[in-house]
Amino acid sequence: MHIAYHVSLIGIVVFPGSNCDRDIYHVLKNIMHVDVEFIWHKREDLNCYYDAIVIPGGFAYADRLRAGIIAAFSPVMQAVKRLARDGVPVIGICNGFQILVESGLLPGAFMRNDSLTFTCRWTMLRLNVNGSRTPFTLLLKKGTRLNIPVANQEGKYYVDDDTLKEMEKNEQIVFKYEDNPNGSLYDIAGVCNAEGNVLGMMPHPERACEMILAPSSSTNLSTNTGYGDGILIFRSLIEYLQGKQKVSI
Amino acid sequence: MSLTEEELRYLNDALAREPTSLELSMVSAEWSEHCSYKSSRPYLKMFSTEGKHVLIGPGYDAGVLDIGDGMLLTVHIESHNHPSAVEPYGGAATGIGGVIRDILSMGSRPIALLDALRFGDIRNDNHARWLFRNVVRGIADYGNCIGVPTIAGEVEFDDSFTNYCLVDVACIGIARKDRLVMLKGDVDDLVIIAGNRTGRDGIHGASFASRTFEGEEEDRSAVQIPDPFMGKLLIDATMECVEKGCVKAIKDLGGGGLACCLSETADRLGKGMFINLDALHLREEMSVEEMMISESQERMLYIVEPSRFEEFKVIMDKYEIPFSVLGRLTDDAHLHIYYGGNEIARIKASIVANAPVIKRKAVKPPYIEYIASNSRKPEMPEYDDIADILLRLLSNPSIASKEWVYRQYDHEVGLRTVVKPGYADAAVLRLNLDYAGGEGSSYRYIAVKVDGNSKHCYIDPYNGSMGCFSEACRNVACVGAEPIAMVDHLQFGSPEDEHVFWTFVESVRGLADYGRYMKIPCVGGKVSFYNETKNGAIKPSPLVCVVGLVNDGDDGKVMKGHASRDGDILMVIGLTKDEMGGSEYYEYIHSILNADVPKVDLAYDKSTRDAVLALIRAGLVTSVHDCSKGGLAVAIAEMCIASGRGARVELSNVPHTCTRLDDLLFSESHSRFLLSISRDDLDAVNRLLSDHPVDRAVIGEFNGNSLSLEYKGSGINISMDSMLDSYSSIARLMGHGG
Repeated sequence: MHIAYHVSLIGIVVFPGSNCDRDIYHVLKNIMHVDVEFIWHKREDLNCYYDAIVIPGGFAYADRLRAGIIAAFSPVMQAVKRLARDGVPVIGICNGFQILVESGLLPGAFMRNDSLTFTCRWTMLRLNVNGSRTPFTLLLKKGTRLNIPVANQEGKYYVDDDTLKEMEKNEQIVFKYEDNPNGSLYDIAGVCNAEGNVLGMMPHPERACEMILAPSSSTNLSTNTGYGDGILIFRSLIEYLQGKQKVSI
Repeated sequence: MSLTEEELRYLNDALAREPTSLELSMVSAEWSEHCSYKSSRPYLKMFSTEGKHVLIGPGYDAGVLDIGDGMLLTVHIESHNHPSAVEPYGGAATGIGGVIRDILSMGSRPIALLDALRFGDIRNDNHARWLFRNVVRGIADYGNCIGVPTIAGEVEFDDSFTNYCLVDVACIGIARKDRLVMLKGDVDDLVIIAGNRTGRDGIHGASFASRTFEGEEEDRSAVQIPDPFMGKLLIDATMECVEKGCVKAIKDLGGGGLACCLSETADRLGKGMFINLDALHLREEMSVEEMMISESQERMLYIVEPSRFEEFKVIMDKYEIPFSVLGRLTDDAHLHIYYGGNEIARIKASIVANAPVIKRKAVKPPYIEYIASNSRKPEMPEYDDIADILLRLLSNPSIASKEWVYRQYDHEVGLRTVVKPGYADAAVLRLNLDYAGGEGSSYRYIAVKVDGNSKHCYIDPYNGSMGCFSEACRNVACVGAEPIAMVDHLQFGSPEDEHVFWTFVESVRGLADYGRYMKIPCVGGKVSFYNETKNGAIKPSPLVCVVGLVNDGDDGKVMKGHASRDGDILMVIGLTKDEMGGSEYYEYIHSILNADVPKVDLAYDKSTRDAVLALIRAGLVTSVHDCSKGGLAVAIAEMCIASGRGARVELSNVPHTCTRLDDLLFSESHSRFLLSISRDDLDAVNRLLSDHPVDRAVIGEFNGNSLSLEYKGSGINISMDSMLDSYSSIARLMGHGG
């Protein structure tokens, strides 16, 4: 995995209070060897620059009012919305997922965890749709299990019955927990938009990319022993961007 | 006003005049015990502070260790006891904020937190539960929000903390060797305060911490208000300033507020300061005294060369951090404080920053003799009762699983946490410089652990304190690390009490003797006195935070967790002795005080640790566990719980000098390790150990679903389920939610 893919540039949106931005940067730059840039929240024009956008976890604006709501109104999110409409892959992780929901890019809402406390632990997810449904799951088969940690306080996903049915029909419920850590409705861990290019997930794949960071009892489903399950999300994205590159050339 | 008559006289003499009222406020804040160490300073010289990895020892905001490859590690420890006892959420959260800013002051990025907490009896005391719940929530909310993982810690419960609590937090930082910020400054450099607006919170916080805790409602105004969002912005902005090289000195505003920060910085620089208080950005209207001693949180001082000011301003503006250019450095070593055009204080910085030392009396307290002459042993329990005793010990909150605590902490953020809480005896962090090297680059792995034992230190502060140091070293050795440095936090009652002061001196002696013998330098620490309530002083509670290095180059192995497999052999290294004083077995089960606290045999302690590290490096062990609170029986049970499998143990094989089975099971003798070893490796283990002068024995093997402890034909059997159930007592006590 020492090939550098200079064909793509991935942007990581940084809000005041983002705190997983550098972790995502590490994974994309040092493990995936792709070009990556931080995007400060005040930028309004992102057009033509970025092939994919990551909205990292953390506590944008300290989760004031409620998680993700202030960030959703920042200039950069208006630009991200335009990119999303144009089909650019966008992934929001943890707080990034909350921001995507508050921005209206993804359906649903978040509530406090059932435990009422912050919860940090490794969970087992299952891919609930076909891998081709989103750019971030391309290399996975439906039913694939992924061992990835969560760390959140308002991580309990909720959506009304009608929307849930609609989402199920549209194959928008991308990941489900096998061991629901926060009381999310229908064990939902990640969802995508109707088009499939915008994915939000509560667990942190960037924390599960290197086996050295996995707890000793975790199971590794990746064939390459040095990598954890989370890497498959990022590899899928790169694979998708490369495929697109070939088609467009 | 908290100055004594003697101090006031000393001040008048130094000034050759009466101080102005502002000068008096400044000096009172800085000369508080909390800021000045006026009682403890002479004794802290006993610590050995030099070592192979030490770049900067005690005296700065954080100790600095050189771990190679241009990487520096910074480490510091703080407590926030009084504030947490009044307002546990805000007190604990601001404790985190404070220690983070000490790490920032060296130009290093905070990358990990540890917490050491002490409360009363949470089984029977609602108030203790309230404190415990909210202290943990305060640490979680602050640490999680700023993206610094809380990776390790310890919690102890003891009646001496009833109506009170000890909240200690340690922080680890990382810096590039070529970017370390030392205090530097030249005449006309700008003195800038950035961060939160100064307000009326935390007025007299340092004086509050320098007297006995009375738990009065009005003390709440002395507790600061946490703002983790500003804390996070300050981290990011400061690191950008350090990266750009546009600041010459950084200093945290902590206890004593501006008064202490300005005087200490000026004194360190050997410079004076011209300060215009009209420029200070305020939250509310305040008097000049209040401005000088307010302890409003999330404020930093920066010394900036005028030619770099624009760069500094761009960074602060990017993060929308308010700041004020408060003044500039002068060459006359005096603090000149101006307000409304008038000079309202003019005092030599060195006078403010260096309180006269107070010589305290130290007299051995009579309770120690009393315990010695009234020491007894409990009645020997029936063999059948031992299972019940072991289960009760496992459910003892001081021993039971702390999962309820660390689940609430983000311990993963930063992608450095290799060994996570609950998996082994110490945390392990993977380090490189801002991920700069990337794949295949050389990483350093460090281990950290903080330990304390108030029960041992109460009965025998010298040996108890030394034992805490030994235990912290054992814990980092268990994951494969060689101890390279320590920071300590010494917590006692009032130093004005000659009996309390004796326990302080003994404790320092114990720690210093251990550090000197082991060549483990002390690179920083804190002293916290006046930890007293209406019921008297807390038990002496020194804490030791040890940093270990796994690889001093490319080799080295990290023990990631308890990975004993079926059929693995259980081996003990070390000698179990009849040292039952302060043991959980005597105190928690029998409520008996006994004088024979475990003593560290220094040479033997080093031998056992070296032996275990050699085995780990040779790859000959599947897991390693330290033997401490609750003794051998608890340690074996913990290994079973962690690996999810039972064990069969023949106790008569354990190397010991005990005369009773209960002592053998529950003695807390130091320098002992339990190891699980693959049967195939046993010969190699024995060969390797033949070079080490340590007691060792194979005492059992792992398999099955229960722990069976046998002794010459009779035995008890405890199911895994019942052990797990007992061990989960804290989660049950605290239940769900806030």
